Amino acid sequence: MNMVSEPNVKTEAGPALVVDNVSHRFGETLALNDVSLEVPRGAFVVLLGLNGAGKSTLFALITRLYDNVTGEVRILGHDVRRRASAALQRLGVVFQGRTLDIDLSLKQNLLYHCALHGISGREARARSKSALEFVELADRANEKVRNLSGGQARRVEIARSLLHCPALLLLDEPTVGLDIDSRESAVKIVRSLVAKEGLGVLWATHLFDEVELTDLVVVLHKGRVLFSGAVTEFLEKTGTKTVSDAFRALTGITDTELAA
Amino acid sequence: MSVGSATEAGDSLQRAGQEVGHGWGVEPAPLGLRAYFTCLKGIVWREILRYLHQRERFLSALVRPLVWLFIFAAGFRQTLGVSIIPPYQTYVLYEVFIAPGLIGMIQLFNAMQSSLSMVYDRETGAMRTLLVSPFPRSYLLLSKLVAGVSVSLLQVYTFLLVAYFWEIEPPLYGYLTVLPALILSGLMLGSMALFMSSIIRQLENFAGVMNFVIFPMFFASSALYPLWRIKESSVLLYQICQINPFTHAVELIRFALYGQVDWTSLAVVLAFTAAFFGGAIYAYNPSKGLITRRGGPGGS
Repeated sequence: MNMVSEPNVKTEAGPALVVDNVSHRFGETLALNDVSLEVPRGAFVVLLGLNGAGKSTLFALITRLYDNVTGEVRILGHDVRRRASAALQRLGVVFQGRTLDIDLSLKQNLLYHCALHGISGREARARSKSALEFVELADRANEKVRNLSGGQARRVEIARSLLHCPALLLLDEPTVGLDIDSRESAVKIVRSLVAKEGLGVLWATHLFDEVELTDLVVVLHKGRVLFSGAVTEFLEKTGTKTVSDAFRALTGITDTELAA
Repeated sequence: MSVGSATEAGDSLQRAGQEVGHGWGVEPAPLGLRAYFTCLKGIVWREILRYLHQRERFLSALVRPLVWLFIFAAGFRQTLGVSIIPPYQTYVLYEVFIAPGLIGMIQLFNAMQSSLSMVYDRETGAMRTLLVSPFPRSYLLLSKLVAGVSVSLLQVYTFLLVAYFWEIEPPLYGYLTVLPALILSGLMLGSMALFMSSIIRQLENFAGVMNFVIFPMFFASSALYPLWRIKESSVLLYQICQINPFTHAVELIRFALYGQVDWTSLAVVLAFTAAFFGGAIYAYNPSKGLITRRGGPGGS
C-alpha cells in the first residue's frame, strides 16, 4: 500500500463530477436524502456503502436513467438534465450487472459501443484494439464473450467504458463476484488511468480493502452521506486504524450486520 | 497484469483518439450528422448480429408462418373460396390471400419480441448501456425501432422466398414495392409494441402478449379472411376489424405486393405510427416516464 498521505488529486480546475443536494424517492421510501459529493479530476473516489445504501440509485441518477427531481448533477460543468448530451459524452460507466452481448465477439461488443458514441470505421477499430490491449485481452478480440471468465468479462467492460476517453468513470461494484487476482487487476487498470490521464473515478464498493490511503472516500449510509473527504481524515475523525473500523464507528454497524 | 504495458496501450488509445480530435482531456466535438448515422448503423448492426446468432429465434420466426401456410391454409383452401377483390385480378388461392396476413404476423411477433426484450434488457443492463449514449433518447428509441424492423425484413424476405415455391408468386417488382410498406408497417407495430410494453406491466410475459395482443389483433383483422366475408356474419366484428391497425398494416402490404397503394391504409398506418411512437418516447422520458415510477434500476 502506498504510504503517501496526500490525496491523489491533480490541481486542474473544475471537478469531473458534482452532485449537489440530490434527493430521490421511490414512492414512500427516501432512497437518497440530500446527497452531495464531488469527484475532482484525477481523483480516485471510493463510494463506500452497504447493499441498499443508495449507491445504485445515485448511479442511476448520474447516468440519467431517471431524472433527479431535486438537486443537481454536473459532469465537467454540464448539467445532466439541461445538457445531457455534453455530459454523457464525457462519462464512462461500468454497470453492476453484466452488460455485454455474450454471443458477440469482444471486438463486436466494443465496436457497438463506439457506434453509440458516434465513433465509426477505422477510428473505431483502432480504439477497440487499443482498449483491448490496455486490459490485456487483445489476443481474444474475435472470441465470443461467452467464453470469457467473469474477471475477463469485467475487464472488457472496463475497456468498453474507456473507448470514448471519458473524463469521469463510474464503476458500480465492479469487483463483486471476482476472484482475488481479477479484482486486483481491475483496480490496477483503473488506478493507472487516474494517475496518467487525470481521469476522475467514482468507485462504488462495499469491499474495504479496495481503499488506499491516497484515495478520497464518501460514505453513503441509508441514503445519506455520512462522510466525505480524504481517507486519512476519515481515520483521524473516527480515531481508528483501518477503513472497515472507521466505517463501523461511523455507521454504528456491528460485525454481524456487516457480514450479512 | 503489468502497469507498464497498460500505460503503453493507454498511449495508443490516446493516439487513436487524437487523429480525430478527441482523446483524454479533450472536449469532444458536438455530435454531427455523421455521428448520428454511425449510431443508427451500430444499433441496427448489433440487432441483426444478435438475431443471426439466436438460431432458435431465427427458426421459429420462419416456421411459425410456414405452419400456417402449409397446414392451416391447405385445410381451409376448399372451405374458403376467395372472390376477386382488389388488388387480385383473378381468383386466387387461399394461400396467396393469407400471405400478406402472415407477413403481418411475422412483423407483429418480431415487434412484440424485440420490445419485450427491451424491457428485459433494462434488467440485464443492456438497456442502460444504450441509454447512457450521448444521443437523444428519442433518437436511440427510433434507432432501436429501425433495428427491429430490419430484423423483421430479413424474416419476411426469407418467408417470401420459401413461399415462392408454394405458388405464392407476386409479380417480380412486387418484392421491391412491398419494401416501403414493410418498413412502415414494421415501424407501426414496433412502436405499438414499445409503447405497450412500457405501460402495461402484465405484458412482461409472452403468454400474456399472445392472449391479449397478438391473437386478438391477428384474428380480428383482414389477415385470414376478406373483410366483406366478416361483414356478412357480424357487422360489429367488421367494425372492430376496421379500427384494428393491424388490418391496415396487412392491407398496405397486400396492395404493395402488387405494386399498388391502399391510401386509406397508408394514412391509418402513418397516424398510428406517429401516435404510438409519441407515446413510447413519453414512456421512456426520464422525468415523466414510467421507468421512474417503476422504481429501482433492477425494476422493483
